[in-house]
Amino acid sequence: MGRLPKWADVALIPLINLALALIVSGLVVLYIGENPIEAVAIMVNGAIGSTYGWGYTLYYATNFIFTGLAVAVAFHARLFNIGGEGQAGLGGLGVALVCLFIPWPHWTLALPAAILAGALFGAALAAVPAWLQAKRGSHIVITTIMFNFIASALLVYLLVNVLKKPGQMSPETARFPEGARLPSAHDMASWVGLDFSKSAPLNITFFIAILACVAVWFLIWRTRLGYQIRAFGHSEPAAVYAGINPVKITMVTMLISGALAGLMGINSVMGEAERLVIDSVQGAGFVGIAVALMGRSHPAGVFLAALLFGMLYQGGGELEFEKPAVSREMILVIQGLVILFTGALDNMVRMPLEGLFLRLRGGAR
Amino acid sequence: MTVFKTVLGAGAALAMSAVAALAEPGLIIDLGGKFDKSFNEAAYNGAQRWVKETGGSYIETELQSEAQREQNMRKMAERGANPIVVLGFANASTLERVAPDYPDTNFAIIDMVVDQPNVLSIVFAEHEGSYLVGMLAGMKTQTKTVGFIGGMDIPLIRKFACGYVQGVKAVDPSIRVIQNMTGTTPAAWNDPVKGAELARAQIAQGADVIYAAAGGTGVGVLQAAADAGIYSIGVDSNQNYMHPGSVLTSMVKRVDNAVYNVFKAGTEGTFKPGFLLMNLANDGVGYALDEYNAALITDEMKAAVEDAKAKIIAGEIKVHDYMSDDSCPVE
Amino acid sequence: MQAEQAEASGRPVPAIELRGISKAFGPVQANRDISLTVMPGTIHGIIGENGAGKSTLMSILYGFYRADAGEIFIRGRKTEIHSSLDAIRAGIGMVFQHFKLVPNFTVLENVILGAEDGPLLRPSLAKARGLLRQLAEEYELQVDPDALVEELSVGHQQRVEILKALYREADILILDEPTGVLTPAEADHLFRILKGLKEQGKTIILITHKLREIMAITDTVSVMRRGEMVATVQTAETTPEQLAELMVGRKVLLRVEKTPARPGEVVLEVENLRVTDEDGVERLKGITFELRAGEILGIAGVAGNGQSELLEVLGGITKGEGEVRLAGVPLALSGKGADGQSRRAFGIAHVPEDRQKLGLIMDFFAWENMIFGYHHDPAYQKNALMMDNTAIRRDAEEKMHRYDVRPPNAALQAKAFSGGNQQKIVLAREMSRKPALLLVGQPTRGVDIGAIEFIHQQIIALRDQGAAILLVSVELDEIMSLSDRIAVMFDGRIMGERLPGETDERELGLLMAGVAGEAA
Repeated sequence: MGRLPKWADVALIPLINLALALIVSGLVVLYIGENPIEAVAIMVNGAIGSTYGWGYTLYYATNFIFTGLAVAVAFHARLFNIGGEGQAGLGGLGVALVCLFIPWPHWTLALPAAILAGALFGAALAAVPAWLQAKRGSHIVITTIMFNFIASALLVYLLVNVLKKPGQMSPETARFPEGARLPSAHDMASWVGLDFSKSAPLNITFFIAILACVAVWFLIWRTRLGYQIRAFGHSEPAAVYAGINPVKITMVTMLISGALAGLMGINSVMGEAERLVIDSVQGAGFVGIAVALMGRSHPAGVFLAALLFGMLYQGGGELEFEKPAVSREMILVIQGLVILFTGALDNMVRMPLEGLFLRLRGGAR
Repeated sequence: MTVFKTVLGAGAALAMSAVAALAEPGLIIDLGGKFDKSFNEAAYNGAQRWVKETGGSYIETELQSEAQREQNMRKMAERGANPIVVLGFANASTLERVAPDYPDTNFAIIDMVVDQPNVLSIVFAEHEGSYLVGMLAGMKTQTKTVGFIGGMDIPLIRKFACGYVQGVKAVDPSIRVIQNMTGTTPAAWNDPVKGAELARAQIAQGADVIYAAAGGTGVGVLQAAADAGIYSIGVDSNQNYMHPGSVLTSMVKRVDNAVYNVFKAGTEGTFKPGFLLMNLANDGVGYALDEYNAALITDEMKAAVEDAKAKIIAGEIKVHDYMSDDSCPVE
Repeated sequence: MQAEQAEASGRPVPAIELRGISKAFGPVQANRDISLTVMPGTIHGIIGENGAGKSTLMSILYGFYRADAGEIFIRGRKTEIHSSLDAIRAGIGMVFQHFKLVPNFTVLENVILGAEDGPLLRPSLAKARGLLRQLAEEYELQVDPDALVEELSVGHQQRVEILKALYREADILILDEPTGVLTPAEADHLFRILKGLKEQGKTIILITHKLREIMAITDTVSVMRRGEMVATVQTAETTPEQLAELMVGRKVLLRVEKTPARPGEVVLEVENLRVTDEDGVERLKGITFELRAGEILGIAGVAGNGQSELLEVLGGITKGEGEVRLAGVPLALSGKGADGQSRRAFGIAHVPEDRQKLGLIMDFFAWENMIFGYHHDPAYQKNALMMDNTAIRRDAEEKMHRYDVRPPNAALQAKAFSGGNQQKIVLAREMSRKPALLLVGQPTRGVDIGAIEFIHQQIIALRDQGAAILLVSVELDEIMSLSDRIAVMFDGRIMGERLPGETDERELGLLMAGVAGEAA
């Protein structure tokens, strides 16, 4: 019934959305007296113009892939996991604990343990809202939002009172020992004789994020669990008819979702900061929602959307730096416009486009 | 339309200043904002003074979150800023990592020691300045109760508190000092609402002079004190002008001088990494006396404080530094 | 112009004339070059299989869709209808299959909703009250104007919909499958109302797939097939068999051919079965019956009297109390084991009443739907981790051929199939495993005639293979022609049991209305 061809759905519409967002952003930039073309050039150049730019862009993208996948997996079961922020924060805590308190001889040993810990801690935070939703019907949107605050309060308490290095003033842990530091993009590039910016925080976690994309695709479309998650998401009554246990699926899906968000800690805590600081997530949990929406909850889409948001973040930061008139808030406005156009105003583009395609097809006949 | 033009003009001016000469100094304003009327603002004023005097330009960026430190620091360095001044102890661990990656760039950090060959660590003898304002508080109080409100609960702020208490007790050991900290995270530097709340609580307990060592949070403390008709003591910048007649004095910490000097040395090629202590002797700290509080400080008070200042410089009075042993001999 | 010409030629002006209406949704041509003339003061039936394009045509007439081509004339005047507002202005009223009423408004409030005379409600309410009284007398359209709609029976809600249309001064009334939710008595009452309206000069278009209704009440009938108008005939000059043939495009058997049942062992024993819903309302109030291998027990009743709950509790979807045994083994009715998986393990297959909501995932491909509920079957697993999608597809395609699903393309989404073919997918899935007990609800609801025949044959074939079959249907015809025994449910209880050969619609209708006959 009046549907678009697939390529238009997955490629054309997001592109038009993006273009509209950029045009409106350009008008805003123009209004504050800057040249929008120049602004775009600075953003693009800052994001992908150098290995330094790429290093930051892909670093941010790695964060967004994890949180985006977390939202996407939950969304296949029609669960709206807004708690990525808290789950990623707690995942970071798990990673930090493993890195700080076990004397790892080499990162290859520390990494699997950190992955496990990050996933476990993230999942643990998602478990309670999941249980409340499955058993008590407390809406998961509300509970996961509330758990973000609980996670943030818990992290502050632990950092200030327990984990802070003695004699240090900042609420942050000591730097992880040598054996728990991940190879950066610079290190990895030098293995194969290439040169990559030493400053960029991009690290091996990026590849774990790609693996996570593949794993999520496999889970959702190739396994029985994924089949059940999708069935439950499309129609809960039908799932019950088929003997799929809603409580179990809700729990399992949310645990997977929380674990994916928790894995972000590998990148931001172990890969970049190499210590746990306050607010290590930096809003990536919320960006993940936009990423999943824009990526249509498909791992490939999530990957591309995360890349786009990584570019927006890095390019936006550079723009702010280069053009003091473009303040931090402006960058947020631009990012907000992209989210608005790709997510909320999707139908504004979709409807006329569907009409156009119908007419084109009618004309062809 | 006029607004639009103004904004446009300002934007163009700023844009131009940002793309001038190559080796410009850089300043990273810390959390709490450029106009916190305290610590950050002092640094900003120092930079502005340098601009005014030399006609040079510098790069400036403002932190929005804890996790941005590293990228902003690196961006500054990538952009070619030299020297780069970072404000506050919270930058220490980041600078420790970033500085070695840019051996040709000089860094200066305020309030913390970072042991790297290209870093100048500038620390202040806040306990000495706090001792002096503590004496003023002790002489001014009628209720024999004074207050102290700190920002984030860290050794540095306890150092302020400890010096202050020592000064108060030097006047009269029976004076009670009520101490409160605003919080345990960096958010405590920028919470004027809570600052005012704490001030009101101390006033209710009888405090009639309150010393705020809390960055932007102090604005709320000073306001609450002015509202209640009692005295307050500002910190870092000279805050006497904010509520004339209510702000007894300010413990000035010449962060502006530090930034000015670093910028100046950096552009003149005389920058020397290492360690710099700014104390009473080199006017790094002090108490503010100007037209706004002239009526509040009597000649006897001034004489007593000046006397103590001379003795501290001479080493006759030893003010205990909390951070030397993480403890304070007086309460 | 048009009107003048018609008058000049002495013929009455048609109430509605459609010329060359075409409408496509993507590749699907829902309506192709349709022309239709409806004379004023008549009841005009439109009949056709599901997906024949009846609803699309009426939606165009009511302004929900715009035709790609064609013209609409109302009382001889060419009319552009872009929205339902245009339709209402042209005097067209529509009563939908699913009522569009606000449940917690009163009848009066619903009637004036959207047609208020001014910002103040009082004058509109007073006017509506007067009009309602008048209409009630004229057309037997009695409803309490102050009752809340949610407290009304389905039949009364439908009257509110008709009143709404009349309040808006409609003189052309379209009813879309109006009797689907009514008892035979309520349906009869509706027909009396429609006849009354016709006598007052109103024009009525009745969309239905029930031949009986067409024969009983219409003056003229138009038959649609695959988006085209294949015939328009005077009802008096046609027969049900001829109409069925026109609808399907080939000869259809309207009677179900079956041999007498040869009941075997008792398969299902139900004793004092009770179900209480989430709101604490008791939906099943102690049901007791037996079902043997090789027989079909039909459960008749008006929708909402506990039949759905009976199927769902036996299918493991809802919890209940009491005792249910399958071949002597008790089934769990709550807690562990009271779920669809356990029921399937017992050899209970379930064709749910609402295939779109329960039986299928409409966005899933046919091959994914073909294993729905049986996805744990080892035959569908490639290894511990992966499902064997190749095997599943092959299996699905084989079953689609066997059960004549059209098109036999397993890579289409369930929603791309017509109602009948969706139902065949469900039947293929549930029947191909030779279940000991088949629960089947509304097997032919929304299914076209051609498919009905096939589905009925399959159910009887399964019975003849020795399966016990519990059939729930609101179609009395279906119950009468398929069942070996008939139980009638009313208000959560079984009112009585009859043998199909020894009862008639009138007696069953009384039982369905809760009037107990002689002891069952």
